[in-house]
Amino acid sequence: MDDTSLGLYLHFPFCVKKCRYCDFLSFPGNMDAMRLYAAAMIREMDACADLARDRHVVSIFLGGGTPSVMPARLLREIMSALRREFRVDPDAEITMEMNPGTLNAAVLSFAGDCVNRVSLGVQSFSDSELAMLGRIHTAAEAERGFAMLRDNGIRNISLDLMSGIPGQTAESLGRSLRTAVGLGPEHISVYSLIVEEGTPFWDLREKGQLPLPGEDEERAMYHMTKRILAESGYRRYEISNYARPGFSCRHNERYWRRGDYLGFGIGAASLFEEKRWSNTRDFHEYLECSSDPARIIRDLETLDARSEIEEFMFLGLREMEGVTEQDFRSSFGMAMRDIYGDTLDRLVSEGVMTSDGNGRWYLTERGIDVSNMVLAEFLLDDD
Amino acid sequence: MDQSHIRNFCIIAHIDHGKSTLADRIIEQTGLLTEREMQDQILDNMDLERERGITIKSQAVRTIYKADNGEEYIFNLIDTPGHVDFNYEVSRSLAACDGAVLVVDATQGVEAQTLGNVYLALDHDLEILPVINKIDLPSADPDAVAQEIEDVIGLDCEGCPRISAKTGLHVHDVLEQIVSKLPAPSGKPDGPLKALIFDSVYDSYRGVIVFIRVFDGSVKAGDHIRMMQTGADFTVTEVGIFGAGKFIPSDGLGAGSVGYLEASIKDLKETRVGDTVTSFDRPCPEALPGYKEPQPMVYCGIYPADTTKYPDLRDALEKLQLNDASLQYEPETSTALGFGFRCGFLGLLHLDIVTQRLEREYDLDLITTAPSVIYKIYKTDGTEMDLTNPSNMPDPSEIEHMEEPMVEAEIMLTKEYIGPIMTLCQERRGVYESTEYIEENRAVLKYKMPLNEIIYDFFDALKSRSRGYASFDYELCGYERSELVKLDILVNHEQVDALSFIVYAPNAYARGAKMCEKLKKEIPRQLFDIPIQAAVGSKIIARETVREVRKDVLAKCYGGDISRKRKLLEKQKEGKKKMREIGSVQVPKEAFLNVLKLDDGD
Repeated sequence: MDDTSLGLYLHFPFCVKKCRYCDFLSFPGNMDAMRLYAAAMIREMDACADLARDRHVVSIFLGGGTPSVMPARLLREIMSALRREFRVDPDAEITMEMNPGTLNAAVLSFAGDCVNRVSLGVQSFSDSELAMLGRIHTAAEAERGFAMLRDNGIRNISLDLMSGIPGQTAESLGRSLRTAVGLGPEHISVYSLIVEEGTPFWDLREKGQLPLPGEDEERAMYHMTKRILAESGYRRYEISNYARPGFSCRHNERYWRRGDYLGFGIGAASLFEEKRWSNTRDFHEYLECSSDPARIIRDLETLDARSEIEEFMFLGLREMEGVTEQDFRSSFGMAMRDIYGDTLDRLVSEGVMTSDGNGRWYLTERGIDVSNMVLAEFLLDDD
Repeated sequence: MDQSHIRNFCIIAHIDHGKSTLADRIIEQTGLLTEREMQDQILDNMDLERERGITIKSQAVRTIYKADNGEEYIFNLIDTPGHVDFNYEVSRSLAACDGAVLVVDATQGVEAQTLGNVYLALDHDLEILPVINKIDLPSADPDAVAQEIEDVIGLDCEGCPRISAKTGLHVHDVLEQIVSKLPAPSGKPDGPLKALIFDSVYDSYRGVIVFIRVFDGSVKAGDHIRMMQTGADFTVTEVGIFGAGKFIPSDGLGAGSVGYLEASIKDLKETRVGDTVTSFDRPCPEALPGYKEPQPMVYCGIYPADTTKYPDLRDALEKLQLNDASLQYEPETSTALGFGFRCGFLGLLHLDIVTQRLEREYDLDLITTAPSVIYKIYKTDGTEMDLTNPSNMPDPSEIEHMEEPMVEAEIMLTKEYIGPIMTLCQERRGVYESTEYIEENRAVLKYKMPLNEIIYDFFDALKSRSRGYASFDYELCGYERSELVKLDILVNHEQVDALSFIVYAPNAYARGAKMCEKLKKEIPRQLFDIPIQAAVGSKIIARETVREVRKDVLAKCYGGDISRKRKLLEKQKEGKKKMREIGSVQVPKEAFLNVLKLDDGD
């Protein structure tokens, strides 16, 4: 990753309706709020342009929330401001998240003109599961949406699916996966549902009213997912991500490889020159102060060598290719074995990690299943 | 002031009969402190005591009382603990006194500890002044209680003060009778110094501060003294008396007085409570009798949760022992827990209080192993041994038979709980002896039980099954032959020595199964299956398995999730730090004690 490259993330917090599992920064918005927000974001980009004067942008990601609920006109204004302020490579990957329930002609045409990759939040092709999740679309709408994206010239489409949905069985997940594969997207993400505190799902689970699949069933789903997708030519390249050759998400790879990125919009996170920060999560404060980045930055943290080493490992190992001793040495000037020798040996003996014998280390199938426990081992002690 | 104007006394009572409240009133009414300065319960100045409402450490205070006859008297009030576990401490406080005020609750009458304390006081030839307290309560029956004291204890209650320590009513009578009825000290003022060490505390600046009662002679700063038992000699740097909660230096301590001395004593072992202090140049011919060595009844291993804190634990125990001579300890090692100490306690409350003091006052994080009683083992080769640590149990083939200590248990409770508590006692191998009704609704159940059955969680079980309405006391009553075996616990095929314990053989299977079941709940799931087994000798009698974690994945991790992801991993790692590693298995430190609790309401 060359060190003049940069990724940009644009956060759109608006949603038609909040899903029952969602703990992201999102809320319903009206036209006025969206207009003010777009203007504020343009001011923020304008103020940050100087930071990135010597950088060239290789990936852009419009995420949310639901970017596709924004009026296309505002999205166009934002994108042209972005292109005015930043140097965007001609072959940059430009992804937009879309909700199948929000596709209209204007947004589709925006997508056709301004982005080259769409991530479609399908989650499931079972209407009862979609209803359980509190999604606003149906399976039929998702299939139709996919076709319309193709019609509008989107050649790189990713479908988001979910496993571990309450009421879901391995069989119904299998059906969703086969439907997804049948559409022929370039990329598929399959996330297992995490019940987060503060969501309706959390409350239901506390009351014992959330029929989540059991641990073993969920694991079976996980393994089935990998099998079905592999059979159809999708290679798993990260814990939850699968792609046809050449279609891995470059923007997300940047996160796992610790490349610099700037985030715009409320709550958006940045990593830039060994610093991490996120923007304020307060909508009004953002509108008021976005032209002065110093006033909206929160949780600014300058990464020390130790944090960087830890991140290198626990982010890098999310990718199936894992991490290499060579990259470690060139990043930190020391041997991975000097820091993690004992840890690696132990994890290998426990069957959760392995190496190719040439300095590349990665999680085993079993290691992926319990990756939280494995990755925690790479945090260093305080001394 | 001459000895005739000194009164050295203590207050003795059954727990909750109002001893500390009366002490507070005496201090108040002798005018040493203004009311404003009075905290509640002045004598109980440790946090722990305040919380539990029990006085743990004996302490002393000196006050001046101007009697109705116009003369001033020095009152040295020496506080004593009230629980059976602390008989030893009671005993050493009594040895410093000439008289005792016996407080009896006008609603409760004479109770087990009333008698126990009276006998102790009589052992020390103390004059006893009975006082009937709580007469302000509607259910008070002072006449009946006075009669009971006369009948049961044989003390004359004619004219004895009937008071309310809470309101202060008639406390003046107590003060007057302390002057008129309790004897003054009668030592030889000019004899060679003879003083009893009845307590001591350690101060990091001043060294050991020794609490003494001078019987004969006198002592002052500059005197050269000798401890008769340890043989150590010192030059006195300061003597003084006890203000309320503080040390007040004085010119000297004469015969009959109570106070403290300092002599730059650094080594805690050189000043033993119970030892006699005498003059180096002019020693008294024989030492004071001291008191009998306390006999621990319960043992357990105490280990620092963080193995590097072993020296801190050692220092803390050493300091604690200085003013709790009944605490015994010696180093031991455990393969599971590393370096620690096997400690002997007078009873369960004592164990509990010591571990809590270690944790609070010395800021230590401890792992305590299963409490054990002292078993007697008669071996086939004709020798006999005391077993205090299950790990030292000889091979069964070498054992002819074993005996275990028994207790007489008295459980006071309200009528509706008799059924459930009798069931509990039977579960714990209790042999029923009697039920006595004290009042229409209150009874005392008597059981003979093995001490072994009450040392784990009997108190807790009693409380939960009686909704807190039962109280419990016990007294050791000898040894009985019993069928006993050592139960071992294996985690991932490794024996965990800290979890081994001695159990009544017919109960071994049930106990083993229960232990495995509890341990299964305590040990978090890990990357591999962990078998938990209970074994007697080489025979596995119970098994559970902690299943491996099948799936633990954070599905999403993108730009905004990285800090959150790190926090999650840190939490995971933090949890692991609180564990003890047994082989490759992580065991939370609480597990060691939690698995011993039998009664969890199921």
